Amino acid sequence: MHEMSIAQSILNVVQQYAKGNDHARDGDVPKVKSIRLRIGEMAGVVPESLRFCFEVASQGTTVQGAELLVDEVPIRCRCASCNVEFSVDRFLFLCPTCGTPHVEVISGNELDVVELDLMEENDPAKEPSCQ
Amino acid sequence: MSVVTIERKVLAKNDEIAAQNRARFEQHGIFVFNIVSSPGSGKTSILERTLERLNGKLRVAVIEGDVQTDFDAQRVARYNVPTVQIMTLGGCHLEANLVQDALKNLDLTNIQLLIIENVGNLVCPANYDLGEAMKVVVLSTTEGDDKPLKYPGMFRKASVLIINKIDLLPYVSCDLTTLKRNALQINPALKVFETSCTTKAGIDEWSDWLMQKVTS
Repeated sequence: MHEMSIAQSILNVVQQYAKGNDHARDGDVPKVKSIRLRIGEMAGVVPESLRFCFEVASQGTTVQGAELLVDEVPIRCRCASCNVEFSVDRFLFLCPTCGTPHVEVISGNELDVVELDLMEENDPAKEPSCQ
Repeated sequence: MSVVTIERKVLAKNDEIAAQNRARFEQHGIFVFNIVSSPGSGKTSILERTLERLNGKLRVAVIEGDVQTDFDAQRVARYNVPTVQIMTLGGCHLEANLVQDALKNLDLTNIQLLIIENVGNLVCPANYDLGEAMKVVVLSTTEGDDKPLKYPGMFRKASVLIINKIDLLPYVSCDLTTLKRNALQINPALKVFETSCTTKAGIDEWSDWLMQKVTS
């Protein structure tokens, strides 16, 4: 269960960005509505666990309530012999064309924060009005 | 609404510290491996047998990672090697900054081989680079021959697989050929050793290979 540690790292990345970017004026750190992540199939991260941990880790911060949007990335390899690129099914790292096991993983290890959706000053979602 | 692209690696901070660790190891000519497995596979027993075999041949130090207790550090320290225990207090894996802190307690000028024994766990330690030259994954025969397929991430990232407790093969439903085929399907480049810490089978082959790796 390293999702808590990953959640904390995501929080650090986002807070560091939010503090240092153009939107932050006079110490006013913008609130974050959503965070788009890229998670590879081999990254060993369970999105549901990560969402739960992130909810806990972000409580009391400007990122509290932000939604995690996850783009999952399948494993793809390139064959070192015939250079063909292919998707890996059931972790079978064999070139489908020439059968060699000498393949390079070109995607599937990702664990990245891709983009943030920040709330604007006049964003109605920032100050929900009472009905 | 304002969407900004930031493109940051989530574990960038860990990777940065791991790179600092790696630079220090290279500066001092220290070979480092990170030994990982599920709890109870025999990581510490393999280290004990390895230290016996390497006794007097290499200057070795050990960093032990556990959730609680310094039992493993006590076991390893009996072999007269500098040993540092990291207690993660709940953390399921070691991170590069914990290793960086542990290095303060070691004289790096007097070490040829540093062994980092990770917390017993086949999932989480795969994601965290500590600055090591290679990962060694231990799998015991009692865990079953399908584990490489169930935990592919770790087997893909390891350079060496030690199949431990081979003396128990007659008593467990683990087929060695299937286990090796499964592991090599995930990672054809794996160097495989078969050991028993009870009979000491395979310990010399592994230790001598390691010795060559460190001194070459």
